[in-house]
Amino acid sequence: MRLTIDGHPVEGPPGSTILEAARSVGVPIPTVCYHETLEPIGACRVCVVEVEGARTLVPACQRRVEEGMVVRTDTERVRANRRMVVELLESSADTRLAPEIGRLASELGADPGRWASLQHEKPLPARGPKLDNELYVREPDRCILCYRCVKACGEQVQNTFAIAVAGRGYEARIDPGFDLPLPDSACVFCGNCVAVCPTEALTFRTQWEMRRDGAWDESRQRTVTTVCPYCGVGCQLQLTVQDNRIVKVTAPVDDPTTRGYLCIKGRFGWQYVHAGLQTAPEALPKAQTDARRTA
Amino acid sequence: MSQGPVAPAPGRGVDLSRLERMPDPEPDEAVALQEVWREVAPESRRGRRDLLLPALQALQRARGWVSYPALAAVCRELGVPLADAYGVAAFYALLRTEPGPRHIVHLCDDVACMRRGADRLAARLRERLGPPLHGPEHGGLRGLPGSARLSGAHGDGASPGAAASVGWAFSPCLGQCDRAPAALAGDEVWGELTPEGLEAGLRDLEAAGHPEGARGEPDGAAAEAPLLAGGSPGVPGPRAGCMGEATPLLLERVLSGGATTLDAYLARGGYQALRRARELGPGGAMAEVERARLLGRGGAAFPSSRKWAAVAREPGPRYVVCNADESEPGTFKDRVLLELDPFAVLEGMTIAAFATGAERGWIYVRGEYPDAYRSIRRAVEEARARGYLGHHLLGADWSFDVEVRRGAGAYVCGEETALFNSIEGLRGEPRARPPFPTQRGLFGRPTVIHNVETLASVVPILLRGGKWYGALGTARSAGTKLVSVSGDVAVPGLYEVPFGTPIRAILEELAGGAPGGRRIQAVLCGGAAGTFLFPEELDTPLAFETLQAIGGTVGSGALVVLDETADLWEVAERIARFFKEESCGQCVPCRVGTRRQWELVRAIRRQGGRVDGALRALFDDLARVMRDSSICGLGQLAPNALASLVRR
Repeated sequence: MRLTIDGHPVEGPPGSTILEAARSVGVPIPTVCYHETLEPIGACRVCVVEVEGARTLVPACQRRVEEGMVVRTDTERVRANRRMVVELLESSADTRLAPEIGRLASELGADPGRWASLQHEKPLPARGPKLDNELYVREPDRCILCYRCVKACGEQVQNTFAIAVAGRGYEARIDPGFDLPLPDSACVFCGNCVAVCPTEALTFRTQWEMRRDGAWDESRQRTVTTVCPYCGVGCQLQLTVQDNRIVKVTAPVDDPTTRGYLCIKGRFGWQYVHAGLQTAPEALPKAQTDARRTA
Repeated sequence: MSQGPVAPAPGRGVDLSRLERMPDPEPDEAVALQEVWREVAPESRRGRRDLLLPALQALQRARGWVSYPALAAVCRELGVPLADAYGVAAFYALLRTEPGPRHIVHLCDDVACMRRGADRLAARLRERLGPPLHGPEHGGLRGLPGSARLSGAHGDGASPGAAASVGWAFSPCLGQCDRAPAALAGDEVWGELTPEGLEAGLRDLEAAGHPEGARGEPDGAAAEAPLLAGGSPGVPGPRAGCMGEATPLLLERVLSGGATTLDAYLARGGYQALRRARELGPGGAMAEVERARLLGRGGAAFPSSRKWAAVAREPGPRYVVCNADESEPGTFKDRVLLELDPFAVLEGMTIAAFATGAERGWIYVRGEYPDAYRSIRRAVEEARARGYLGHHLLGADWSFDVEVRRGAGAYVCGEETALFNSIEGLRGEPRARPPFPTQRGLFGRPTVIHNVETLASVVPILLRGGKWYGALGTARSAGTKLVSVSGDVAVPGLYEVPFGTPIRAILEELAGGAPGGRRIQAVLCGGAAGTFLFPEELDTPLAFETLQAIGGTVGSGALVVLDETADLWEVAERIARFFKEESCGQCVPCRVGTRRQWELVRAIRRQGGRVDGALRALFDDLARVMRDSSICGLGQLAPNALASLVRR
């Protein structure tokens, strides 16, 4: 498919998206809800572009290329729309731990503060962090409803289907059903929802506690790449280490085996490293038992 | 994708073990579910996610809410994850996921009812039953997660209000604007409601112990009783009229009392149009509709014949869907057609199926239309029993059957792809397009989806010829249009006029003008997604092109009249609240934008209706991103009415 993006002729294979075509020729298009391992979601609308002949703007992450398509990614209309989307996002959630949104806000000149003047209305009650287990923390006030966690939990990655969007409109939220504590839900604590969350609305408990205590310090952290010791698959792990202690485990998104996704053992089964002896992963079920008691 | 309903990843990888450990549902819940499962063999229930919404509705009817054990039982049966099913249940306004009053009176406080005394009824309800379960004072919030919801999940009934048997809530437009003010209680409509009538209704509810009382379940024995002209007992029938060339065309049977049985319909020329279509063949029938220049009557005005041609080109199986989720505030035309002339809708649908080679059809009726649901369901059953639907209908070598589904309180489900998701048992969130419904619609199949009025218009087109029909109206708007007139007029009602009739003529000659000799201040034209028209614009002919030229829209054909005593910013705030509560929440411009827009109108009202530079800049930026970047028409059109007021 031959198309034009900002005047550049581009060749895109049938079925590819405008975003992919644009990136192939180095035209930057910002994204928030898009994640390279998930099918396009199209919820945030940060990646909107102008397509000749279309009445509205179209999401570049989702729209497939067509022969002869004429796309513009950097018009005043596109910039104004993106700026507003970012302002609305920032006015509706605590995005301070979402560096990508912050970067976009300053790049586009977004000023979410101007919406504060309207907030005479009772804002939605702050929901506060949900601490119902030892492995991760949910902070609905940071959630921007990008749907990534739901997609990762469902048929695209984990096949657990423990969470979904519930409610609607401004009060829509991620919910395991009846607002159940996670240990009572179908959750298997793989942490893959945490891995794809762009705002730390989902975060590892260690990281959350260290932030709370003022101990989280990225300048003192380094990454160690290793291989998961548990089963024979051999997933690559990235250990985030601060002061010689593991504080977080992730996986590289470009690893063809994991695409960044892990299981509960690889993600959370590292406490034995600091116990000074090789204990079996029985530590894990105990963590869940503790979580249940806390809840 | 295979034939028929397909659920995404049915049961695959779903850990049902936790659900197995849940307590069993209460006996009444189990009975309600048995009704839903009855027609589907146990082994084929897995993957029938499209049964989810009917199951949730059955639980809601049985208990007044969907409990955790009952939802778990549904999930076990259908292989749907609990979180998913809960996400669907918590999407719809008529479903509750926490214990509360057994019966809920949904009082309409939308524009037409607001103008006809809904506030007096609200005051009475407040006095009698306490604060509403849902309404403006909560910013329209439907129970955020919290302790009440949690305790509800375990069924201890500890949440506030659980003890009372009757509660109440404010409702968006119930589509009863011709008999405003109105309320919905269970499956009963209360119209032209007075405080005394309300009191009587409440006493019945408190005494009945069952919401439907003597009316029975919609599928029960009461549904067999002949339909009263007005539907619910004690509710006056609709007022209707017509003027101009060729009318009454769609209202012919409605104006003489309706044709709610097949014999009555056949006696009035029923099914002659289908006969004609079969003489012409699929291509010939399609050509008639093309010559008729029929444009969709749901609001988008898309050429109907183009949808037909596109679907006919795709490989089968193909489907036809009748969009009867009429929820645009101020609109009740489809309700009247379904209640009083259901076979015309069915015949139009059958012709569309014949022309496109479709084998199955669905009619999706909004949850707030109990009488329309009963009427069309009865019509479908009768048509099937007499061979007008089903296998080789009327001896044809082609088969077509129709299923009637009900919504559960969600304006956004009138958006066609959201409607498909709703039937499929998913949240009513619009889908990205392309692909278009004609390529991948309901259950992933090529689908023709039309509004009720569009399908009803197919009948006279076939009977009298596309050329004849196409000559009616104006250059770019052919035929006649149903107009729902409500608000501050002497005779609110449903009127049929040829396109091109001046709006002022409809208001004055048919609806009797503003009551008490008052002056019309503005007309909300096209519903909440339409615009305000001001007195100097009322000579505009009602047609797609003429309204578009002045920045307006025909929309759904609603005209809500506001006389000089109305506070237009109060109306604007109601409209803004409507969109805020009806946004599905999927995309940022609409989810956050509709909330900010409501806050903005409140800020303008605090300044006495003065729109200063700062508020104007905020509104313009907001309107732009909502129009340009929202996924569907809801967000794209939500700023329209306010923009027409701000411009002023």
